[in-house]
Amino acid sequence: MIEEDSVSLHDAPTRQMNMIEAINDALDIMMARDPDVVTFGEDVGYFGGVFRATANLQKKYGRNRVFDTPINECGIIGAAVGMAAYGLRPVPEIQFADYIYPGMDQLVSEAARLRYRSAAEFIAPITVRSPFGGGIFGGQTHSQSPEALFTHVSGLKTVIPASPYDAKGLLIAAIEDNDPVIFFEPKRIYNGPFDGYYDRPSKTWKGHPLGMVPEGYYSIPLGKARIVQEGSALTVVTYGTMVHVAEAVLAEKGVDAEIIDLRTLVPLDLEAVEKSVEKTGRCLVIHEATRTSGFGAELVTLVQERCFYHLEAPVERVTGFDTPYPHSLEWAYFPGPVRIGEAVDRLLKD
Amino acid sequence: MASGPTRTGPTRTGKSRGNLPPLDLYVPEPKFRPGDPVDYSHLEIPAAGKLARPDEGCAASETWPLTLDLIRVLDENDAAVGAWNPNLDPETLRRMLASMALTRAFDDRMYRGQRQGKTSFYMKSTGEEAVSIACAHALAFDDMVFPSYRQQGILIARGYPLVEMVNQIYSNRADPLKGRQLPIMYSAKDYGFFSISGNLATQFPQAVGWAMASAIKGDTRIATSFVGEGSSAEGDFHAAMTFAAVYNAPVVLNVVNNQWAISSFSGFAGAERTTFAARAAGYGIAGLRVDGNDILAVYAAMEWAANRARSNQGPTLIEHFTYRAEGHSTSDDPTAYRSAHEREEWPLGDPIMRLKKHLIGLGEWSEERHAEMDRDAAEQVKAATKEAEKNGILGHGLHHPFHTMFEDVFEELPWHLEEQADQAIRERQSKFPDWKD
Repeated sequence: MIEEDSVSLHDAPTRQMNMIEAINDALDIMMARDPDVVTFGEDVGYFGGVFRATANLQKKYGRNRVFDTPINECGIIGAAVGMAAYGLRPVPEIQFADYIYPGMDQLVSEAARLRYRSAAEFIAPITVRSPFGGGIFGGQTHSQSPEALFTHVSGLKTVIPASPYDAKGLLIAAIEDNDPVIFFEPKRIYNGPFDGYYDRPSKTWKGHPLGMVPEGYYSIPLGKARIVQEGSALTVVTYGTMVHVAEAVLAEKGVDAEIIDLRTLVPLDLEAVEKSVEKTGRCLVIHEATRTSGFGAELVTLVQERCFYHLEAPVERVTGFDTPYPHSLEWAYFPGPVRIGEAVDRLLKD
Repeated sequence: MASGPTRTGPTRTGKSRGNLPPLDLYVPEPKFRPGDPVDYSHLEIPAAGKLARPDEGCAASETWPLTLDLIRVLDENDAAVGAWNPNLDPETLRRMLASMALTRAFDDRMYRGQRQGKTSFYMKSTGEEAVSIACAHALAFDDMVFPSYRQQGILIARGYPLVEMVNQIYSNRADPLKGRQLPIMYSAKDYGFFSISGNLATQFPQAVGWAMASAIKGDTRIATSFVGEGSSAEGDFHAAMTFAAVYNAPVVLNVVNNQWAISSFSGFAGAERTTFAARAAGYGIAGLRVDGNDILAVYAAMEWAANRARSNQGPTLIEHFTYRAEGHSTSDDPTAYRSAHEREEWPLGDPIMRLKKHLIGLGEWSEERHAEMDRDAAEQVKAATKEAEKNGILGHGLHHPFHTMFEDVFEELPWHLEEQADQAIRERQSKFPDWKD
């Protein structure tokens, strides 16, 4: 495996990509490398997916490896379990994370526990890709962030990229992983990052300007967080779209924050979080998903358990509200500058 | 209140309902309950041998009359008749008979083992042995089976070691599944036997996916799966049927209609409206309904469907019409919900007795050989049980190192599971100070 650090803008040819293109590139590379990789889902084949993540793959790899499916998430994930038992590496797409519930039992009771219950006779190296999150006026059926449901399940890995570079490297790692992975793609930033304001929808990708992504194969290990920016005033722990919102808000407030993009929720890079909180003494957890029993609750508990004597203020969390996702009031729901700003002020008050 | 245009309500376009009587909800009820006399005269049991056997490559629609009828080979004198007679040689027939007898002996012994406290739970397949045994013989040895929980006969017919089965049932230190699964939820990859789930019908779409993978790779192996008639009501059944039809998957999907889903009779899965085999019609796939207690008919149906799948003619749904002669499991008391006479009056007889009489009729078997076979089966099971007991029984000892509880959740142990494993091992000292092994 080429280690992440060995790939940089300086020593590999790069190409400008948005996140969708990076995902498409990852699938292309993995399908070329491994004939057992197959991808399928609603509208995934000829049309290339409603977000175009699988564009041109059917033409390149044929209908046996890239195909459309019936509108039946239970069938999509159930068939993936059977294909994995055969020896393939299925990468099914669930068109929107909101539609994953009919496939829940196959994912939670079957794919996630197959290795355990068969004492590793059968494994389920499945990567379920699904766009998630709000910010596109998708209403309450095209905007949900259900990641916490999956982090509660023993045997599933949960991965959420926040940039084209990460999306490609993490997706390659997920496909190579021998455990089932749920790969949530923050669709708000499919075509570019944004700064947290709905009327200012996009800026350049930080770290890899303009979304310059190395050509060819590289992977980013699952379970390793990224320090988005170093800082000393407080630690912000977040993932997905909220990485960009946090960056924008803290820059605007002029706070010297350390921002951590978790990249994978399970397995969790708690060490990176601990190290940072021990340094800053303050911690803010941000996610877009609903608040109660959200993954933020887990993060806050872990920080409290591990870093209590380093803390200068109570750990805060900023989240979406405990309502279904509203359509016209979407930007009132979305955690943004006001909600994050208030939490930062409380954290830094003394 | 918000101001706005005055609303006048919807335009009344439909008919007036007038003075119709109130609607009435229909809730199915079986024909007899405990204490009731049993009368099976409502069942239409057609004569053996009368149904035509369509070509294996026929259009699915040609099979639809067969989904409403019943394929039978053994007649009232236990002679094999008609176009569905698979014309098996006596050696194969004797092997199938021996596998059925061994399965029954195994079930009886394990049932007693549960009553003796050697395990928590057991499920017999008494009366349904023909379904598993015939299928195992009609398939290739490496065709993949996605079983439900009453297909132990397939493992037995494929020669899986009995002692391994008992080890799994006792969850002892030699349990190949490390004491993680309920008894009877075997997994045996080398024997083409997929890990059993307690969530019902989940294996149906998985079998279709396996079959699709086999087709994707240009393999020649096919997949098969089994559900009870009760769980054919699950969404997974319909997902599997849709996928099987759409991709013309090389799969044989079986509904074992043993009449009872714990205490709910088949009417709660829709049996009063049509047969389970007839569900094939709506999906445009081939369907067969077969006398599940007639091992020759089951073999013939499975062979027909397997040949069809293997020659890229697509999937088949088979309904095995049989009867669950015993309780659902050791935790069930069937006398509380069904007539005691149902079993003895079952008009399609006992699969072992029918094959036995058939073989005797052919001059290939005798009462003496049968008795000897039964003794031999009992001895085999007894020996396997004794051997397995050396590895421990459930509840008598902590058979597996605590660390194994945390293994195989993921391929590699993440930090949080390693921490929890340390905790479990630490707790052992105070929770179980007496257990040394």
